[in-house]
Amino acid sequence: MTEKAEPPARNISSFLLVIILIILVLSLGALYLAVDAVIRENDVVNAGYFMLIGFIGLSLLAYMLLQAKRKPLRVPFEMPQVITTILCQKCGFKNVRDFQRGDYIFKETEPCPKCNEKMMITSIYREVKEKEK
Amino acid sequence: MIPQLSQLGGDNALTWVFQIIFYVIFVAFIFYGQRIQMYIMIREVEGSLARLKFMRDEGRKLAIETIKEIGKPQEDPTERVDRFLEYIAVLPESMDPSGIVWKLEHLLDVQDFRFKDDIKLMAPQADETQRNNLENVLVWAVDLNIIYKIIRHFYLLGKKTLSLYVIMQVQMVLPLIMREAEAFVSAVKACTMGQPMGDGAGALVAAKLMHGHKTRKIAKDIVAATVPLEGRIAHVLKSEGPGGTVGKPGDGISQIIKENKGKIATVVMIDAAQKLEGEKPGDVAEGVGAAIGGPGVDQFKIEESVLKYKIPVNAVIIKEDIGDAVSPMRKEIFDAADTAIQRIKRLILERTKEGDAVIIAGIGNTIGIGQ
Repeated sequence: MTEKAEPPARNISSFLLVIILIILVLSLGALYLAVDAVIRENDVVNAGYFMLIGFIGLSLLAYMLLQAKRKPLRVPFEMPQVITTILCQKCGFKNVRDFQRGDYIFKETEPCPKCNEKMMITSIYREVKEKEK
Repeated sequence: MIPQLSQLGGDNALTWVFQIIFYVIFVAFIFYGQRIQMYIMIREVEGSLARLKFMRDEGRKLAIETIKEIGKPQEDPTERVDRFLEYIAVLPESMDPSGIVWKLEHLLDVQDFRFKDDIKLMAPQADETQRNNLENVLVWAVDLNIIYKIIRHFYLLGKKTLSLYVIMQVQMVLPLIMREAEAFVSAVKACTMGQPMGDGAGALVAAKLMHGHKTRKIAKDIVAATVPLEGRIAHVLKSEGPGGTVGKPGDGISQIIKENKGKIATVVMIDAAQKLEGEKPGDVAEGVGAAIGGPGVDQFKIEESVLKYKIPVNAVIIKEDIGDAVSPMRKEIFDAADTAIQRIKRLILERTKEGDAVIIAGIGNTIGIGQ
């Protein structure tokens, strides 16, 4: 019952790649300077600043990559499961099954397996789980 | 912060490189900030446009497949479907609005006739119910095509003119448009299967009331039944199912009023209505007025008819959002039909006398709902 259509492939743009590359170079540069400031000049304050800049840059980079990955060209093309309920008006026998093409509400269907009276489609609906909304 | 940053790291060569890059970026953002913002927006619109194209193509593909499967045409319907997708309707001139309703009605009649004719040619083996469903499929596919083309137009225009404001106005409304487009894809799918949609809530209420009673056709695609209800004579009407159609309920209500020489105690109209965010789907609300959507022709006719005889019009609405309205009917909306029936019964008990004649009109697309 559930069908899925294949979404088109997503390419990361060259513009985004250039930005990512620049940030990567700057962040690595900042981290290098932080280490350099501690080793050569024992300047902890400047090293701290560079470290901060470096990590902010890397975090930004990670966020950008995550966003690029998180937004694929996906379209929710799943066919929801639709339920048809068939009821015997005489004995109350109930048959619940997946929707089939040609079903409609108040359609008379096959005879009841219990009393042989004609059964009728009394409801057609889909159930939605709240987290989907 | 900026002077502090510029003094960082002493006289190390790399520090200088770092500082120069920092200043270059800073200056670039001052002079080209708006342009960078625009490029980001263009990228966003581009992504949504690709999704819209995918949805449009999916709708088209589904329409062609369904026509081939149901209609069993001798020749490939692709060319006809593609022509149909580019269909346009030129609305009547409204400089002098007097009589525009009838002009619009004529135009809609011609359009309906044309659609039905085209579908007969595309799907010669389809029966009337299937033809109505196919018409719905194609109409939703046309809507998807229009949405795609309009967004593409603004995207290309924005790129061509490099105008932030052209791109910005598209980018701002895109989330709402995407939501609507996704709902339309669900509609195409539901129509290909002939599943009842949320919009059919009003038709479902009427169907439940008239089921088991003799029906007659009183207007184009509209059936009515006379049903005893709480000691009153209820003239219940809905569009003729189970094919996908909304019919002409305006003509149906006017006809019943005319047949009863205006002696109708009240008209109750039941329809699905747009819910606000935060409201639950399937909530039922009451009020007054002609509860009917569409281009306005039917609402106009109903209002004219009830005004002539001073008949009160009551509305019972079942709330749902656009996504639910055009997707297969949710359980909450299906269950709301019983709540709406209880409201209608209470309403006519409180507002009419025993033996009165009332009209109960279930409005909406009756796809997948018989009577």
